[in-house]
Formats: sequence, structure tokens, C-alpha cells
Amino acid sequence: MQKQSIFQSKLLPYALVAPQLAIVLIFFYWPALQAVIQSFLLQDAFGLSSSFVWFDNYIELFKDPAYFEAIVRTFFFSFAIAVSSLSFALLLAVMADKPLRGSMLYRTLLIWPYAVAPPVVGVLWIFMLHPSLGVLARYLRAAGVDWNPLLDGNQAAALIILAAAWKQISYNFLFFLAGLQAIPRSVFEAAAIDGARPMRRFWTVTFPLLSPTIFFLLVVNIVYAFFDTFGIIDTMTRGGPGTSTVTLVYKVYSDGLLGGNLGSSAAQSVILMVMVIVLTGIQFRFVERKVTY
Amino acid sequence: MVEQEGFRRYVAHIILWIGIAIVAFPVYIAIVASTQDNALIANGQMSLLPGGHFFEVYYQTIFVGTSGSTREPVYNMMLNSLVMALLIAVGKIAISIISAYGIVYFRFPFRMPIFWIIFITLMLPVEVRIYPTYKIVADLHMLDSYAGLALPLIASATATLLFRQFFMTVPDELLEASRIDGAGPLRFFWDTLLPLSRTNMAALFVILFILGWNQYLWPLLITTRDDMQTIQVGIRKMITTTDALTEWPVVMATAVLAMLPPVFVVVAMQKLFVRGLVETEK
Repeated sequence: MQKQSIFQSKLLPYALVAPQLAIVLIFFYWPALQAVIQSFLLQDAFGLSSSFVWFDNYIELFKDPAYFEAIVRTFFFSFAIAVSSLSFALLLAVMADKPLRGSMLYRTLLIWPYAVAPPVVGVLWIFMLHPSLGVLARYLRAAGVDWNPLLDGNQAAALIILAAAWKQISYNFLFFLAGLQAIPRSVFEAAAIDGARPMRRFWTVTFPLLSPTIFFLLVVNIVYAFFDTFGIIDTMTRGGPGTSTVTLVYKVYSDGLLGGNLGSSAAQSVILMVMVIVLTGIQFRFVERKVTY
Repeated sequence: MVEQEGFRRYVAHIILWIGIAIVAFPVYIAIVASTQDNALIANGQMSLLPGGHFFEVYYQTIFVGTSGSTREPVYNMMLNSLVMALLIAVGKIAISIISAYGIVYFRFPFRMPIFWIIFITLMLPVEVRIYPTYKIVADLHMLDSYAGLALPLIASATATLLFRQFFMTVPDELLEASRIDGAGPLRFFWDTLLPLSRTNMAALFVILFILGWNQYLWPLLITTRDDMQTIQVGIRKMITTTDALTEWPVVMATAVLAMLPPVFVVVAMQKLFVRGLVETEK
């Protein structure tokens, strides 16, 4: 944890950590603490006074079917985004891992969407699938689909999942490719000598050896779907139609800002915090597994 | 390696090109739409080939903005995004490298508690502390300012961990040697450690610049003035106009301009990008 050879100084180390510590305390811990305190308070209609109400905000929240729906929806979105993006990225990575001419070019052409911001992703996809002017919506309607994500909640959800998964392909591709390249070639050769066909080699050799990467990416993708989809949702559907694309983060935002219900918004923040702690904990466990596999 | 079947490689090439096409298609559509006439697009008559309005659309987007809603020229939004991204990237690297230096190269009371205090911020993303943070920034009179945009995002547990890890691998002999040369802690940091960290800093910078440029929720909350909005926030406001028809060519040109800097960074500095991405996730 620490060097044997160090400097002696009483004040300098504090000066070195001070800027980071100041930022962290003012903009991270203080607001987090405020959120916890706020979640136990109930403000009157004018925001002038507030009273301590124990867990009332939390109880209200869990009695609210809309909140329960948002939880289920968020987990469903996460699952759908992770599975679709991971499987497509894995297919591409397995192909790009072969000794092909131009494999560097393929990599370049597949990783750049990482840099596209979520709100821009939202704009790109809503434009293509906009019910009245979208280029792809035209074909959907020609195929007989009654396509209108601005009115149909399930279609709106599908649109969000599609756009969010699209953005995450490049990230997953990159980590799968790195994972594949870390597998020694001799393992494949041994399997081939044993007579395993390519498909069988993939499921019995590659896939198990890749499982640490898959677990790691699964957690990262869930975190991504929880938090980074905010920009996509906000530009595409703004939670609508109705509440059919409201995720937990989006609900914190809209309840607090638009609804002005600070106690409930704070309670939601605290619940999200607990979820992040759990997810980060899982992530660290799997990262350890990845190293020692 | 194993059996080199020409057919399988052929299939691999085809699948990869299909993947590339799927990945690129939305952006292609955006570029095409940004060169066409709005009336055609609004009627659902958009062509899949580039139109002839490239210069006028981009001129309007960059220097004028949409004619209906906010009327903010996009060059100003890009400037705001650039300042914010640079402040976040440089700020995170600067405060993280010095705090990692303090934690690794000194022994002082509360060293480990301080390390943990920084580390735990990993679990407090801006999304879970939106309103209280907003309130603090408002109390500090930093709404609609670059400081308000960047400061609350500038702490970085990841970068601190990364530099700490890197400093641990720096041989002790270097410190001994510079001590013999009569160098104090600041001299050693500046002359020895900083040059050694150059690649790490560059890789981190690439990732953090993209991260900063792509911020959305935070700037959305704390900017109210049109001339302070970033491009990510600006583009959202362009498609929320209820009073006028959305000017899709301008919106798409803005989307292209919003993608340009970070995508350029990824493609041009691919090695550093990949390194930074893999290291920050460890």
C-alpha cells in the first residue's frame, strides 16, 4: 500500500490532497448527506418549514405503483440493453479476432460510437424512427406495422432500448476483443486437434474462458443502463408517452424538478445510492475474479 | 492458427461490414439530413442521398442557430462545451495526480481515511445527488458559470486510483537518486514523476475529455441562460420547440458538430483511447 522510500513533511501532504478533498466534501458528501436528511423530512406546501417524518417518504414511495413500475422498467431496460448489446458485440468481436486483413480498420470503424453523447444518440434515433418523417419508420409502415412510438408505450420502450444498445456496442466490442486476444492461441489449437468444430470450440472453450469479461461487462452495462440512458430518454421521449419510459434516474429528475416533491425525490436518490453501492461492490468482486481467473 | 478456411474468413468479413453499416447508419442519415431542405424532411420525403444545402445549413447552424426557438449560434455552444470539457479533463487530472502523490509519497495522520473518502465518491455519481448539489451550486452563486459546470464534476476517484497504482510501480531508486541530487518533494514531483506519468495523463485526458464533452444532466440543470448552454443541452432544446416546426437540417447539423470533436479524438488517438478506457475500468 505504501512506498518504503518517502518524504518527510508535516504540511505538504495536506496541501496536496486539499483540493480534491475540498471538492469531494462540498460537492459529493455534503449533497449526499443533504439527500439523506431531506428524505426523512416533509416540507409544507410553501417550503417554509419541514417536519421530521421518519420513513414516511420511503413508505409512500413503495406504496406508489408508479415507483414500483419504474423499478421493474429500469431492470427490464437494463437487462434488454445489456443482452442485446453484449451478444451483438460478442459476435463482432469473435469475427474481428480472426486473423483478417484490415482488422485494425475494422476496430477503428466499430469503436467510434463510444464518443457519441447520449442526447445525440437520442436525436439520431428519434429522427430515423420519427412516426411522421423518419426514414426507417417509412419502411416499418410499408411493412404493415402501426408504428408510432410517440403514442405507443411499448414501441417507445423498444426505441430507447435499441438506441441505448447501439451506443454500447463499441464499448462491449472493445472489451470482448481484448478478452479474446488474452486467450492463448494454444488452447484453440488443442481443441481443434481434439476434433472440436468451430461452433463447439466457441461454446466449450472461448465462452467459458471469456466469462470473467462477460460478468464484468454485464455489470458495466447495467450501470450504464441505469444512469447514462438519461440523455437518450430525455431527448427521445421525455419519459413518455405517459410514464412508459420513466426510469429510476429519470423519475428523480422529473419528480424533483417538475413536481417539486423534494422529500420523495431525496428518498429516491438515497435508494439509488444504495443500488450504486451494491453494483459497485459487485463490480469490484468481479474485477478481482477477472485478475485471478 | 487452426484450419484456415477461406470461406469462414469470407463470412467474418461480411459480418463485420454489416456490423459497421449498422453502427454507421444513424450517423450517415444525420449527415445526409443536414444537407437537405427542411420542407422535404418534414413531409417525410427525405432522400437517402446528400442534398445540395450543405453550406447554407452549416452556415446557419454555426453562426445563426435555429430561426425559431433559441436562436443561439452553435459555435457558442461548442465553445461552452469545449471550455467545460477541458476544465473537467485538466482539473480531474491535476487534482488527482497531486492527491495521489500526497497519499503515496508521504506518511501523515488520516492518510488512509482521506484515501477512502476519495475512493467512496465512486459510489456517488451526479445522478444520485442531483438536487442537493444543485442547491449548493446555487448558494455559491455558480449557476450559469463555467465554475458551476465543471467544479462539481472535477473530483475523480478513478484517476486518483490510477495514479496511485502507477506511482506504486515507480522504483524507489528514483526518489533516492533525486534526493542525493538535493531535490525536495516538489522538485522530485515536477522533474521526475510528472514526465514519467505523461502517457498515463494523455490516456486519461482522452477519456476525460470525451466524458466532459458528453455531459448532459448536469449542464441541463444548472444553465438557464441560452448563451451558457452546451451543445448537448442546446440540441435538446432545438427539438422541443412547440411553437415552431423543428428545423431538422439544423438539428442534424448540430448533432454532427456535437459528434465531431469526441469522435475525432477517439479515431486520431486510438491507442491512447483504448489504453485509457481499459485502465480507468480496472
